[in-house]
Amino acid sequence: MMEIADNVSHEPVSGRAPLILGGPDFRSITEAVARPAESPTPLVWWLLFLPALGMLGILGISVGWLVWEGIGVWGLNQPVGWAFDITNFVFWIGIGHAGTLISAVLFLFRQKWRTSINRAAEAMTIFAVMCALLFPGIHIGRPWLAYWMAPLPNQMSTWPGFRSPLLWDFFAVSTYGTVSALFWYIGLIPDLATMRDRAKTQARRYAYGFFALGWRGSARNWQHYEMAYLILAGLATPLVLSVHSIVSMDFAVAQLPGWHTTIFPPYFVAGAIFSGFAMVVTLMVITRKALGLENIVTLFHFDRMARIMLVTGSIVGYAYSMEFFIAWFSQNPYEQFTFINRAFGPYWWAYWTMISCNVLSPQVFWFKKARTSMVIHFIVSIFINIGMWFERFTIIVTSLHRDFLPSSWGMFYPTMWDFGLLIGSFGLFFTMFLLFVRFLPVVAAAEVKSVLPAADPHASDEHVAAALAGHLAPKGAY
Amino acid sequence: MGLVPAMFPEGEYFGLLAEYDSPKALFHACEQVRDAGYRKWDAHSPFPVHGIESAMGLRRSKLPYVTLVCGLTGAIGGMALQLWANAIGYPMVISGKPFFNWQPYVPITFELGVLLAALSTVVGMFAFNKLPMHFHPLFGADRFEKVTDDGFFISVEAWDPKFDAAATERLLTSTGATRIQLVKRREGAAS
Repeated sequence: MMEIADNVSHEPVSGRAPLILGGPDFRSITEAVARPAESPTPLVWWLLFLPALGMLGILGISVGWLVWEGIGVWGLNQPVGWAFDITNFVFWIGIGHAGTLISAVLFLFRQKWRTSINRAAEAMTIFAVMCALLFPGIHIGRPWLAYWMAPLPNQMSTWPGFRSPLLWDFFAVSTYGTVSALFWYIGLIPDLATMRDRAKTQARRYAYGFFALGWRGSARNWQHYEMAYLILAGLATPLVLSVHSIVSMDFAVAQLPGWHTTIFPPYFVAGAIFSGFAMVVTLMVITRKALGLENIVTLFHFDRMARIMLVTGSIVGYAYSMEFFIAWFSQNPYEQFTFINRAFGPYWWAYWTMISCNVLSPQVFWFKKARTSMVIHFIVSIFINIGMWFERFTIIVTSLHRDFLPSSWGMFYPTMWDFGLLIGSFGLFFTMFLLFVRFLPVVAAAEVKSVLPAADPHASDEHVAAALAGHLAPKGAY
Repeated sequence: MGLVPAMFPEGEYFGLLAEYDSPKALFHACEQVRDAGYRKWDAHSPFPVHGIESAMGLRRSKLPYVTLVCGLTGAIGGMALQLWANAIGYPMVISGKPFFNWQPYVPITFELGVLLAALSTVVGMFAFNKLPMHFHPLFGADRFEKVTDDGFFISVEAWDPKFDAAATERLLTSTGATRIQLVKRREGAAS
């Protein structure tokens, strides 16, 4: 690994360490961000893109066969009517939540370090929501009737049942996808203008210029732009909390032991942020290395993300133990059986995979050495991705497979088409992400420039500095 | 070629474009142009310079009102849609609950409120900013492409009542501009 300056530790005397390393000027930020999208396609990109495209092909075949033959091609049965499909849906929608957290919640909290990673995290959100939206669409077996979920006047004079959490979910996820895409695109406009102005060929100039909408950095435009960005952040923050709360109600509103609990909304939101940060780390470890962005996405950023994974991982660990506590405390025999069966029944391996990946593995982030090691970050983030997939699998399948009556118990065995869709959804995700890193600026260059010390119009005004010294933190770092 | 043609008064020149070498120089130059009483002018920078709206004497953006009105419309419309559909349009008894109750309709009311608020914020921002505007005379000015990289500019438009090519140029020079050019009205029409 190449030598990287350490900006994780804070010197109490000299103030806080800079967010962006190497003391860059505005021009070098532009160069570092725009260069990867302008240079010839590197071989390693093709080495990643072709397998991703192959996996996307598996998705096409799996969806095609499913639509042609029906959902009997999956391993679903009575009593397990939901398995990989909804597991994948909840997994992907959860991944998306970290992007919104980074772009909106950290923006409202004025966490300036977000500027280095928010673009890639928001892109990840949109691609994850695309993967997520696929599953509710196809799992109904007759996807050409998906429009029945929309409140459209029709010849049957029927309307959707708005009292069902499944319909809430349709509105929540499609609103979330729309707002995330708007937020991402608004953030991209100034950087698309940068790409337009740097373009060497007429085709690139028109392609980037079309989407840059004629942006010319006008202060009158920036004023409305910043207001729009603030409002969208303010809207996205409660939205992201509502989306996974509503997803959890798909389960919590049912009467099934293991699903019917009030802890689900906060537990699902924490799990979503946890899994999303793990995916951001997985992608950024590779992206910063491949695109040479080590000075923009620094160890400081990974340190902060590790802390968030540690906190949210501990919250889901608390939720897992609280479920057991409530099962015991309620003295409800069905509830008690469900949780004992979850940990020691036929799906014990899924449960303990979840516990070891989600609760135990992030505990290494108590140590600064682990928080600043790319290798440990990568390994732990993969563990968390696996663990969070198994969390949803455990909740869904172990609750369904043994319900109130032993005579109706059963087991779920996935078929190759279940796996095909799981692998295929990763293909869609990676294909989109690789196209993103190839053609678009991966870092929000305009925002990074605005957190450089030189961007402050009062940088060396002594009277201002003196006035601020009394009440405010040192400028420039956070 | 732009999707929406720019509407500018007739004339040979668009105005003067002054370049500055730092956000700080731009900020203080804006204060002087503002104090000189110009109205049709603008500052250009690769990122939003903190506090420049007060240095330019701009009023606070009205965008939040657009968001508020449309967000409330979405929320009220969403609640009305659900109540009408499930109580009047296609009444269905579910768990013996009353037809007119608001509790189960809260999530979708919230989602539709957020959806309309977000869409109107984006549309409103584009409308206030007159975007998309793929053609603009400033794109014809040389060195203006630096504005999305590391360039800081002030443009004063020729149809400002106080505009006078010589006097305005003197003012811009006195604000510390490193370079001043006269921008033609139609030159370099490519976007």
